[in-house]
Amino acid sequence: MTPELVVFWLLSVLTVASAVMVVSTPHVVHAALWLVVTLGAVAGCFLVLTAEFVAWVQVLIYVGAVVVLLLFALMLTRSPASTTGATSRNRPVAAFAGFSTFGVLAVVLTSGFRGIVLDLDSQPDQLGGAAPPERIGDTRSVGEAIFTHWVLAFEVLSVILLAALIGAIVVSGRVRDRDRQEAAAGGGS
Amino acid sequence: MDATPFLTLSALLFTIGAVGVLVRRNAIVVFMCVELMLNATNLALVTFARVHGQLDGQVAAFFVMVVAAAEVVVGLAIIVSIFRARRSISVDDASLLKY
Amino acid sequence: MNYPSVHLAAEPSLDAFGTDNGWVIALKALLVFVFLVVFTLFNIWFERRVVARMQHRIGPNVNGPFGLLQSLADGVKLALKEDIIPKSADKVVYVVAPALSVIPAFIAWAVIPLGPVVTIPFTDIRTPLQLTDLPVGVLYILAVTSIGVYGIVLAGWSSGSTYALLGSLRSSAQVISYEVAMGLSFVTVFMYAGTMSMSGIVEAQAQNVWFILPLLPSFVIYAISMVGETNRAPFDLAEAEGELVGGFHTEYSSLKFALFFLAEYINLVTVSALAATLFLGGWRAPYPLSLWDGANEGYWPVLWFVGKCLAFIFFFIWLRGTLPRMRYDQFMKLGWKVLIPVSLVWIFGVSIVRVIQNEGGVDQQTLLIIAGVIVALLLASAFIPEKKPADEPAEPAGDFDAFAGGYPVPPMPGQRLPDPVVTVPADASQDQPRSDARDLDAPTNEEQSRG
Repeated sequence: MTPELVVFWLLSVLTVASAVMVVSTPHVVHAALWLVVTLGAVAGCFLVLTAEFVAWVQVLIYVGAVVVLLLFALMLTRSPASTTGATSRNRPVAAFAGFSTFGVLAVVLTSGFRGIVLDLDSQPDQLGGAAPPERIGDTRSVGEAIFTHWVLAFEVLSVILLAALIGAIVVSGRVRDRDRQEAAAGGGS
Repeated sequence: MDATPFLTLSALLFTIGAVGVLVRRNAIVVFMCVELMLNATNLALVTFARVHGQLDGQVAAFFVMVVAAAEVVVGLAIIVSIFRARRSISVDDASLLKY
Repeated sequence: MNYPSVHLAAEPSLDAFGTDNGWVIALKALLVFVFLVVFTLFNIWFERRVVARMQHRIGPNVNGPFGLLQSLADGVKLALKEDIIPKSADKVVYVVAPALSVIPAFIAWAVIPLGPVVTIPFTDIRTPLQLTDLPVGVLYILAVTSIGVYGIVLAGWSSGSTYALLGSLRSSAQVISYEVAMGLSFVTVFMYAGTMSMSGIVEAQAQNVWFILPLLPSFVIYAISMVGETNRAPFDLAEAEGELVGGFHTEYSSLKFALFFLAEYINLVTVSALAATLFLGGWRAPYPLSLWDGANEGYWPVLWFVGKCLAFIFFFIWLRGTLPRMRYDQFMKLGWKVLIPVSLVWIFGVSIVRVIQNEGGVDQQTLLIIAGVIVALLLASAFIPEKKPADEPAEPAGDFDAFAGGYPVPPMPGQRLPDPVVTVPADASQDQPRSDARDLDAPTNEEQSRG
């Protein structure tokens, strides 16, 4: 067992266990915390795969922003229904969907990628056959890839982000107006 | 090191997320499960990047994260506005298109 | 000033890392830990003394020379206090939260360069005065410090107390908003340094000038957002003692409270160290000292580095001693409507300049002239009198409802406060004639809002 393999197995056990906790814990804030653990463990897997930039961006965006936003929303929407667990009606369907999803994915992935060895030590060729300046996955190489081959996608993404920003403002702003009208109509309730 | 453990982990994570989306009622938890699924695909993408020795997979994973951030922003705005309208964030309750 | 584009021969380059043997790493980690704890004790004393001076007091001066041991005494006292876990607390989260707050504060220091490559005394081993370095060092610090906010959020949530919850809500919104501005202020530094590794950025500044000179707006934005990021006055809304008792740590006592305190002061040092590294040349000696050849060798740089950090910490204390706390909406407005747009425009400008420089199209002088014209225009626009927004139409002055919407509210302009109701003791009310029948008969708004 190489050290990477040991680290990977620990991380994968952590990932799966905490992901199961996210789905199964009845307490929503605990679910958010387990989600943090899962995301951190996946970031660790990225590090094992030498994708350094993606790993830290994962911690920065997901752990630092997305889950904090989720927690924020959880605190804003504290309702008595927040502790209810699964809907029993859905369970057989969910079990079927889960098994079939995992079955299909596992079969396809393992049969398609059997015997492919990940070389985590050597420096593979840079994309486009350019000179490999540094390790694949660091800031420089990812930046070059984004701003040469993927620049159109990058621009589209920034438009998406802008649209999301405006959309969020519109959605939450309109509701505030309606709330005010309701409050004006109904008085203090 | 083999590529299959990573891909199996990814498949497992995706499955857990999918089951979570199906069984949980709280809209925010459903959101978390969607994040789990997105992360599973990211893991697969980064693994593919490593398999091929190319960066495209990592770039795609990066893009997925950005889209996920955008999705969370809009989704949470919607969830909070639904909560304001009817004091519940259970996805089963949100079955009407208006109010 | 000619900035080379990317490849810089960094003296303690990334190759210098990862070669240490086990005990050297352990020693360095231990030293960083000890340094942070001792420096925190010193900073608490420093803050109390400086604030005292600003308020014409003396400050702690009894324990030890100049009162230096005061923080230690306070720490021991804190540790001996009773550890309380509130009944309504979520116990596991409540206990984990202080640790979540303090651990990221420590591990952020793994990539902060304290000095050049030095020889460990009594051995031949040469090692950089930095635990390790990453190609994405600054990103690492941003990521790790953003984990620290969990400590605050969860502490407030798990306490089961309204004040604490409000504090943590404020804190989460605050840290997210100001982290954006903070990250954006780094972008120009990356553009000039061509690297994200901390040692690389220090090296890039050694080859040119300190980045504070060409990137002054970035520095100003960073300096503002670092105060917001560390929850310090005047942005200490998460623990505003005038409004929220103690904010997120209202319910904490004893060592758990001490851990929050420690985390706050370490974060203070972390952002100061980050500012010193990114904008003030890191551990390199400042100008008059840098004329001396030995200034940047051996263990001297640690002194310069700590000095720069202390200057920032003094700045923090000065702010705290001077400014009143901002209102929350003003604070958010500052973050989203001023800092972020300004830094976006500034990044845009810097990237244009960088492209022009790299392409070699325009020489330095023309660029400076253009920059001067733009600055002059901006300054001129500041003198144009701002059009005053039209006064909002005054709300129809209806009856004043003290519990409009279920909250106690002050009267709007134009509304008149109702005459104070004469309260009568309960037992006496039967005997006395009703002085104001309307007030007593009609159900009060409070009762309505309860029903």
